[in-house]
Amino acid sequence: MILALQGYWGSHGCVILQPHDLEVGAGTFHPATTLRSLGPDHWNACYVQPSRRPSDGRYGENPNRLQHYYQFQVILKPSPPDLIGLYLGSLDAIGIDRARHDIRFVEDDWESPTLGAWGLGWEVWCDGMEVSQFTYFQQVAGHDCAPVAGELTYGLERLAMYIQGVESIYDLAYNDAGVTYGDVFLKNEQQFSAYNFEAANTERLFQHFKDVSEECRALASRGLPLPAYDQAIKASHIFNLLNARGVISVAERQAYIGRVRDLVKAVADVWVEQVK
Amino acid sequence: MKFLLELQSEEIPARMQAAAADQLRTRLVDALKAAGLAHGAVTADATPRRLWLIADDVATASQGSAEEVKGPAATAPAQAIEGFLKKTGLSREQLEERETPKGVVLFAVIRREGQTAAAILAEAIPQIVRDFAWPKSMRWGAASQSTASSRWVRPLTGIVALLDGDVVPSSVHGIASGRDTRGHRIHAPSPLAITSAATYADQLRAAHVLISSAKRQQIIASRAAELAAGAGLALIPDAGLVAENAGLTEWPVPLLGRFDPDFLSVPREVIVLTMRTNQKYFALADGAGALAPAFICVANLEATDGGAAIVNGNQRVLSARLSDARFFWEQDLTAVKANGLDGFLPKLSDIVFHEKLGTLADKVERVADLARWLCESGAVPADPALAEKAARLAKADLVSATVSEFPEVQGIIGRYLALVIGEDAAVADALRDHYKPVGQSDDVPTAPVSVAVALADKLDTLVGFFRENMPPTGSKDPFALRRQALGVLSILQAADIRLPLRRLFGEGATADQLMDFFADRLKVQQREAGVRHDLIDAVFALGGEDDLVRLLARVKALQAFVETEDGTNLLAGYKRAANILKAAEKDSPLPFRGGVGGGAVGAGGDFPTPSPSPEGEGSELALAAALDAALPQAKAAVADERFADAMAALAALRGPVDGFFEGVMVNDPDPAIRARRLALLARFRDAVHGVADFSRIEG
Repeated sequence: MILALQGYWGSHGCVILQPHDLEVGAGTFHPATTLRSLGPDHWNACYVQPSRRPSDGRYGENPNRLQHYYQFQVILKPSPPDLIGLYLGSLDAIGIDRARHDIRFVEDDWESPTLGAWGLGWEVWCDGMEVSQFTYFQQVAGHDCAPVAGELTYGLERLAMYIQGVESIYDLAYNDAGVTYGDVFLKNEQQFSAYNFEAANTERLFQHFKDVSEECRALASRGLPLPAYDQAIKASHIFNLLNARGVISVAERQAYIGRVRDLVKAVADVWVEQVK
Repeated sequence: MKFLLELQSEEIPARMQAAAADQLRTRLVDALKAAGLAHGAVTADATPRRLWLIADDVATASQGSAEEVKGPAATAPAQAIEGFLKKTGLSREQLEERETPKGVVLFAVIRREGQTAAAILAEAIPQIVRDFAWPKSMRWGAASQSTASSRWVRPLTGIVALLDGDVVPSSVHGIASGRDTRGHRIHAPSPLAITSAATYADQLRAAHVLISSAKRQQIIASRAAELAAGAGLALIPDAGLVAENAGLTEWPVPLLGRFDPDFLSVPREVIVLTMRTNQKYFALADGAGALAPAFICVANLEATDGGAAIVNGNQRVLSARLSDARFFWEQDLTAVKANGLDGFLPKLSDIVFHEKLGTLADKVERVADLARWLCESGAVPADPALAEKAARLAKADLVSATVSEFPEVQGIIGRYLALVIGEDAAVADALRDHYKPVGQSDDVPTAPVSVAVALADKLDTLVGFFRENMPPTGSKDPFALRRQALGVLSILQAADIRLPLRRLFGEGATADQLMDFFADRLKVQQREAGVRHDLIDAVFALGGEDDLVRLLARVKALQAFVETEDGTNLLAGYKRAANILKAAEKDSPLPFRGGVGGGAVGAGGDFPTPSPSPEGEGSELALAAALDAALPQAKAAVADERFADAMAALAALRGPVDGFFEGVMVNDPDPAIRARRLALLARFRDAVHGVADFSRIEG
């Protein structure tokens, strides 16, 4: 499936990238999307991104929720004409028969408070299941997107469940030799759920948050937005961990999100200045 | 001629389509009016991928017009004539000279040629598209290099503009109008050339697009009902869901699916909410009205396998969602069985209600005290201990797993959980009902425990925000305080609760502000019920009345009274007396009780005392006697809250008052007589004020 998507988007002018090697909450956090969506250059890329959402962990007991999963991400700047048509072509490429399945575009305006970003678009439904997010970026890190990028995010596990017709993520066939998704990832889900909810040392995490925040600002002010952005990503993930540990109150939550947003903004300001 | 305009775009959000179609229609009608182009009926509608409009009987051209403007005299200074030429855009030779009584005056006749319909429409289309206001709009594509680039709700992809069979050429946002549109994405993906406005609907229908949203809605509603009946079930009607699905489909095909009956252990509201909000499915009920393990989804195509794969897919999605819901529900069940609802309470300390008003735990504490007080003070006929308990548990479910996941079922989950652990049914109901009424059409709680908690919760919010100086201002009411106050009023009335608000609010500026706020809300609420606001003012002006149920009873009696002949005449007599007294009091202060400011009302009623020794002429004596007779009756009636009787007692004064004004001159030359008569009038005025401040009554 990944090969089919890479082949399809590669043939439509995308560079095929590899995952960013840091913990991120979604494919959007990859610098190839967040930073590259800013500035006037044309940019078309696709990649797989492992994504971590500590609060979504269910100790491997819920058949539909994971704290670690994979997204396939496509970013096209500027958004090409008939992007919907292109996207539907990618569903054909992974073997979804659109004469038998009901594909629907349901309003879903995207907003990321931590990235200071928003866009308009849809969640794409296949027979009632959300299989992709489709967004026209309007603003990232507080900057207007000029030109606007189109972003497509595919939930790979969900699509695979759909295509293979299984009821639980853990029953997905990982290969033709009988290895399942559960064989590969169940222990990971169990242990990381315990880590995210119970074991993470919050005192140290608070300290890490401070450290990476300072590092981020220092690097940004030295005109190094890419390394600075990595520090902002780390801050975001540390915040997600603290949130999962339940040590951030509702009131503080907004303040922490604001801090991460400010870091991303500081980085993006430098980036935009350099690429304009 | 018939004009067709179709604005194609990528999928328009369902909720925006109807308003957008209206806007398109209005904008076109306005543009044609401004251009003076006559037309017949204009219809506009939308599908997910297009806004369209058809105007019938469009005139071939607008009428030419001529406007005449009078200018300066022919002999005026050159500068003045120059200015007039500039203003009219004409040359000196084009001006007409006309003889007038004031000499020769210059006139400009500005002629406008009639324009063809095609020319007018070609100009109107780009203007309409550029001016169009979407709730949210976006930029896209290569043109978005500029942040000032064109905006539309989603990318605009094509424009069909046909006047009868001819293209109206125009261009906007880089898109030229033509005759090509698109049919259904699956059933008719190729470009479709529209022949003329008259064939538009039929050509698209052949391409599996129903352009009428009403038609799509009708198909969804009727087909869904048929499918339900076919399965021996009944569709739970939901007009909003029908409209939403019609906005998501160009060729709606309802399909019936089922889910595992085991999921019915999850509260019905959660299942329906998941189906409706997350999946846009219709819920079904069995013969006994219980939720059936089935649903209807609406597909956007006639699938090659008759919809089997679509039903199968939707069943799996719903099953996944319901197992998620069951996961949360079972987690909550385990938690309450182990620790009761109390087990959730400590977590409320982590949730800030408002930074100035503390956490939810703080609020719960206050509401519990208030709920108990409402019962102990006799205002609400509920067991104080039960009311306090219900108030303590009212917010517990907010930190349950189910409500964290499905916030809309707050209260409902609390009730289910309370029943599971054998909590008193009145307490359980209060957990669900204390948020009510949420809107004008919502149920109003009347069960005593629910009433106590609902009132306490709302009053605590109101008092808190007013005390912290955050009342609603103008259109801003971020904490929905108006709705809360309206909720309090509805509950007081529905449950006939006698609550002296002053005892709750106390004295001082904040308390006064709150009383005024409630008075305003009461007027707004009663206006819809046809109660006159001036009559509410007339009773409020008496001051001291803080029991809104009693106040309303009095207002209603007053309204019934002033609309009778006796009432109208008494009001006229009152106004005459009040005017005379006002004039007299302006000249020199008189020893009469003045206005009504200090008049305590309600149970006591503050009526003038009988005059010790009546004297004077016949009509004076008659009025004095009538007052002596009416006053005790009115006073007793007010004390017993028999307001209609109080009004009737006043009505008896009508004849004597009329007789008094006919029989004597108040302003007698003898100061002693004048003073006596004024005193009598003042007694009459004060007697009326014992019931209401008639000076506030209009008419």
